[in-house]
Amino acid sequence: MNPQDLLYWVRGTGLQIAAAIFVLGMSYRMLHLVLLGRKKSLAIPRGSEWAYGLRIMWQRSFVLPELSARGKFTVVAGYIFHLGFLITLFFLSQHIDMLRAILKFGWPALPRSVIDIAAILSIAAMIALLVHRIIDPVKRLLSDFQDYLTWALTFLPLLTGFMLLRSIGFGYTTLLTLHILSVELLLIAIPFTKLAHMFSTFVSRWYNGASAGFRGVKA
Amino acid sequence: MNTLQRGINAMIEQIDAPIATFFTSCVHCGLCADSCLFYTETQDPKFTPIYKLEPLRRIWQQEYTFWGKLMSQLGLSKPVTDAELAAWEPLVYDSCTLCGRCSLACPVGNDIVYMVRKMREGMVASGHAPEGLKGATQRAIGLGSPMGVNLNTLMAHIHNTEKETGLSVPLDKEGADYMMVLSSAEIAEYSEIVSAVTRIFHQAGVSWTMASDGFEGTNSGIQIGSSDLAAELLSRVVRAAERLKVKYVISPECGHAYTALRWEGPNLIGRPYHFEVIHIIELLDQLRSEGRLRTEGLDETRMTFHDPCQMVRRGGVVEQPRNLLHMVAPNFVEMPDAGIQNWCCGGGGGVSANERAEPLRIKVFSRKKAQLDAIGVDTIVTSCSNCRTMLLDGLEHNSMNLNVVGLTELIAEHLAPASK
Amino acid sequence: MADHDSLEHRLAEQGISRRAFLKFCAAMASLMALPPGSAVAIAAALAKAKRPSVIWLSFQECTGCTESLTRSHSPTLESLIFDMISLDYHHTLQAASGFAAEKSRDDAMQAYYGKYLLLVDGSIPTKDGGVYSTIAGRSNLDLLHEAAKGAAAIVAVGTCAAFGGIPMAKPNPTGAVAVSDLIKDKPIINISGCPPIPAVITGVLAHYLTFGELPALDELGRPKAFYGETIHDHCYRRPFYDQGKFAKTFDDEGARNGWCLYELGCKGPTTHNACATTKWNGGAGFPIEAGHGCLGCSEPNFWDAGSFYAPLPAPSADVTTIAEVAAVTGAAAAVALSALDRAKKKRAQQAHEKLTVKDL
Repeated sequence: MNPQDLLYWVRGTGLQIAAAIFVLGMSYRMLHLVLLGRKKSLAIPRGSEWAYGLRIMWQRSFVLPELSARGKFTVVAGYIFHLGFLITLFFLSQHIDMLRAILKFGWPALPRSVIDIAAILSIAAMIALLVHRIIDPVKRLLSDFQDYLTWALTFLPLLTGFMLLRSIGFGYTTLLTLHILSVELLLIAIPFTKLAHMFSTFVSRWYNGASAGFRGVKA
Repeated sequence: MNTLQRGINAMIEQIDAPIATFFTSCVHCGLCADSCLFYTETQDPKFTPIYKLEPLRRIWQQEYTFWGKLMSQLGLSKPVTDAELAAWEPLVYDSCTLCGRCSLACPVGNDIVYMVRKMREGMVASGHAPEGLKGATQRAIGLGSPMGVNLNTLMAHIHNTEKETGLSVPLDKEGADYMMVLSSAEIAEYSEIVSAVTRIFHQAGVSWTMASDGFEGTNSGIQIGSSDLAAELLSRVVRAAERLKVKYVISPECGHAYTALRWEGPNLIGRPYHFEVIHIIELLDQLRSEGRLRTEGLDETRMTFHDPCQMVRRGGVVEQPRNLLHMVAPNFVEMPDAGIQNWCCGGGGGVSANERAEPLRIKVFSRKKAQLDAIGVDTIVTSCSNCRTMLLDGLEHNSMNLNVVGLTELIAEHLAPASK
Repeated sequence: MADHDSLEHRLAEQGISRRAFLKFCAAMASLMALPPGSAVAIAAALAKAKRPSVIWLSFQECTGCTESLTRSHSPTLESLIFDMISLDYHHTLQAASGFAAEKSRDDAMQAYYGKYLLLVDGSIPTKDGGVYSTIAGRSNLDLLHEAAKGAAAIVAVGTCAAFGGIPMAKPNPTGAVAVSDLIKDKPIINISGCPPIPAVITGVLAHYLTFGELPALDELGRPKAFYGETIHDHCYRRPFYDQGKFAKTFDDEGARNGWCLYELGCKGPTTHNACATTKWNGGAGFPIEAGHGCLGCSEPNFWDAGSFYAPLPAPSADVTTIAEVAAVTGAAAAVALSALDRAKKKRAQQAHEKLTVKDL
């Protein structure tokens, strides 16, 4: 397979495989979670499950309790990584080109300078978070192989994407192929790893918020 | 079934959509550690809340996930062993007060304490519950109270109250609006409560009673984590209330009694009650707002309020005690983190009944001490008799000379004379 | 005494000065990115070089490659190159026709066996015994195998000969293949492009004549000197790409400002060729200068690599339908498997042994 064929494959068949596994896996996993069901409480509610559940889905992104230095580091680096990742994912013009081709609609891109900063900060935050995972006793205790695997799978698209934009290391065709391939590996891994939190977080928050809302707890 | 199978079976029973979602969402960020008293005060990573659930997580993975089931079929997964459950027992019982602070801190939104409560079902079924808590539960089932108090003890308090106040204390009065339930600690140590509620209800003209066969609200079954035992204890109160045809059951100043009566109860007995449950503080605030509760005189002492976890974070009763305090305490100050984020006294969730946990509980009181040191008060008011005991104990270990009083008693002390 | 067969002598006969010849050599040296002193070496080597015999076979092609090489009005590098070689057979260009033409090929093949250069343009149909393209009753397949046997090296001119090109595009009714798919025992140089840049053909021949060997090739058999970098690497619109300034349509503000054509489907970033530096039509320009994105014509399968107007990051296949099917399948699987899980939970509830105080 020549480099052009490989690129064509990752843009086509490879993407189809990855998208199919991602969508099938996530559709299965999210629905499967919810379908396990929970007992409806027979107690008399003091507040609304739905209203508070929905509020916490959004609000938990911002509410931060008092934190130690290690906690602050996790939160700040975590924010930078997530924001940087989402900004590059959704506001780099090349990504919008791809999404437009799939979704049939697009939106304005952010300037390249902003994307560059977001990508660099995101990469730096990821490296810092990896080091922290290794040196922080709490995270080290909680971590298993999957934590490092998912780190690598998330890091590769960022790294290859950045190399592609800056023409570092390899030719465009090679880097574009590697970049798309790394994204496909990531897509395939999401449903089977903790990366599924990208969706399940909101379900978790709803359950948590619903339970609090039922009792009339207002945070 | 052996005890291990019984424990694992109980966990399989307990795992539901929220638990599956929570384990799916956890990214091992470790932020829950910072919200946990036992981690912040010891810096020991094993006290990270989510880590306490590791056996439950494995059972979920092996029993309820596609890959987990596949791995189990292929013999590639590591089943949970009895030794592991034994090793986790101190984490699940000694270092968790079910305070629920972690559930507010988790950035992905996991209700961690919900899972600890559920995991205890499996722990107790597998025989891995602390001896102290087992003893308390045995006494509760066998004698009617974890502290060994009985109807005779209560009757003595009733007689004293009647003598002291000249008011009659209604017992087993059918058709009363409210049925008052007490906590073990109140009957054993803080019996002033009987006189306090008698006088308050007399002034407010509340139709109330107590039940000779359902006066004890403390529920060790909830704490040890057995719904079967919790239901047995709770059903005594429910039977009494429904026998006396009361409209409301008043939960005492006891956090877990409130959780058991208010939130878990109907689910434990498998049907809605024929009455409603209201916390004594909720009722007092309601009487206040209706103008039926009137106080006179002020207590100039610099005082603060310790929010019991089950009242605020797990109960949603935050404003009511403050409304009452403002009636009598002009020098009331809030602790740092007061309200929904308040730190646990260290003895909730059965920890107070667990002698093995005592050194750890005393150690982590340093957090409460720091909160109190920050505001320099003379009196701590609270609305949970277990918190009250734990606070007194912690203060004593730290040689701190502070008063600890129950909110209902504080109000009763300032009760205006009944208007004719 | 000048060798009458030498290139210098022949050029002199045609009134081309040594000065013009040196200029040509310098241009070749620069094209192939050789060190500065090489022009003199090339001149010396070329001056003495014997004109090699060249046989040019045209198969399934459009004659665009030949056109590209020959269409020029004034003496150019390309016209000079014809003086460097002895073009013994080229059925479009040669004067002879019929049996005479075929005979000239046979003669050259015999006379220069093992020494002649074989140039091929067009792909070779293989389906049904190669009947879809024949010359004088013989299939291209047959002609190629015959001519390849005595060739010193083969130059596949154009994308069709190099990679199969348009005849090989889906659905490829003639079973067309590239030269390299059929000939495995001869050195093959692929000079891809639809058509290839004339100077690149010239440059490769000059290199062969000068050094007597093939130039360094990339993994697709293309001379690295011309195909080592991408159009994008040397595109004059590259700064706009780096700044994220893209034309959205062919007539918008961005297009008028000469911004990058990436979003309009330009394949410059993945296309290896020298268009952006050598340019076309005597240096007049190249497609991007004319306002149209690169089609990627010097790359394999360029005709089948999706729309010329789809941006590079766009999926080259439909993912929406697959995703829809996957979503429904996943949901169905969830419903089925969660029924099993609920049954498991129910079994656990039925197996529940009520905990009593004696169990504590």
